[in-house]
Amino acid sequence: MNINLTLIGQAIWFALFVAFCMKFVWPPISRALEERKQKIAEGLSAADRAERDLELAQEKATANLKEAKEKAAEIIEQANRRANQIVEEAKDQARTEGERLIAKAQSEIEQEVNQAREQLRKEVSALALNGAEKVLGGEINRDTHKQLLDQLAAEL
Amino acid sequence: MAASSTGEYIKHHLGNLTYGQLPAGYERTCHGHEQTLTESTWTFACNGQEAVDMGFMAFHVDSLAWSGGLGILMCFLFWLGARKASAGVPSGFMNFVEVIIGFIDTQVRDSFHGKSKLIAPLSLVIFCWVFLMNLMDLIPVDFVPKTFEWVMVTFAGWDAHQAYFKIVPTTDPNITLSMSITVFFLIIFYSLRSKGIGGFIGELALHPFSAPNKLAMVILIPINLVLETVSLLAKPVSLGMRLFGNMYAGEFVFILAAAMLGTWQAVGAWPWAVFHILVITLQAFIFMVLTIVYLSMATEEH
Repeated sequence: MNINLTLIGQAIWFALFVAFCMKFVWPPISRALEERKQKIAEGLSAADRAERDLELAQEKATANLKEAKEKAAEIIEQANRRANQIVEEAKDQARTEGERLIAKAQSEIEQEVNQAREQLRKEVSALALNGAEKVLGGEINRDTHKQLLDQLAAEL
Repeated sequence: MAASSTGEYIKHHLGNLTYGQLPAGYERTCHGHEQTLTESTWTFACNGQEAVDMGFMAFHVDSLAWSGGLGILMCFLFWLGARKASAGVPSGFMNFVEVIIGFIDTQVRDSFHGKSKLIAPLSLVIFCWVFLMNLMDLIPVDFVPKTFEWVMVTFAGWDAHQAYFKIVPTTDPNITLSMSITVFFLIIFYSLRSKGIGGFIGELALHPFSAPNKLAMVILIPINLVLETVSLLAKPVSLGMRLFGNMYAGEFVFILAAAMLGTWQAVGAWPWAVFHILVITLQAFIFMVLTIVYLSMATEEH
């Protein structure tokens, strides 16, 4: 247990190792740790921000959805209204067309009736003339009595 | 083992491998033959008495080699860690290095409030280096010394008794005192730097007793000086001797177990080794914390 030059030798070792660690060990590692700390802090704040963003986006999405629903409801209502209108219009059109067809048919019928009546009149006058010819024994001349016959036929 | 050889065994295990200067005219008996030195010679001490006679001009080769080797190992490992250091995800060995650095950093930040680029690496070196040196205590006492003895006897023709070899540097008071004295100089340096020469002397002279009366103050100054100087000098001595004492005592128990139990020492030494793990870590930690505290006291105003 003698005190000797070992004292100084050890002090030199000590100084060397401290100097080495001071220059090559401590600064890079503590810098790296500091950087990592900062990185983690940034990451955490980014996560916070993202969460807030997500919340905001969700709110926005909900609002959009609501708006879209309202719009859709409006469109559907409009469409329904339009459909009703179209149906009404179609009904009206159909009714007028029907009425028109009915009127046309009636006028045709009338025309037919008139034609038939005219024909009938002609035939009746001919029949009446024939009958009269037969009754009078041919005394009636078609040409002489033509005016009278025509008058008769017009009265029918 | 017989009582006398037990004593020899213990003595042998407590001796350092000493390389030093023997004075001219010194009579020595070495390797079985006597000789008288004609001039002062640098040589390995053959026995404890020669080591004492070498006086201050001697080195404990084993202590310096082991402390240096362990320090280089430590620096190399940390250098490997520092090279891989990045802000990314750490892995394996890097994790381990970062845990140590983080631990030291916390200790320094807790106790030392000034700004210094030196304190943190200094604490790192003290803690890890002292821990590694203390750790050598857990290697069974005869492994390395017997190997060394065999090598020296076989290849260098030494006498087996001359082959002193201690592998725990912290059981050598030179090593621990050297570190604590270095810390002491740092204390002085930091005191002077933060308070100036006047402030430093004032701190020694005007505390702990002070009086408003000028005359009373003059009387109190010598008392203060004595008290403060003693407390200042006690710092490095207690710092170094605490570590030395703990490790020496621990080593002594291992040596006793080995001396008394022989091959059965494993059974006796094992419980002590388990307990000693605590001492090893604790002493390294205490040395570091006290260093930080002393240096922070040196920088702070009272």
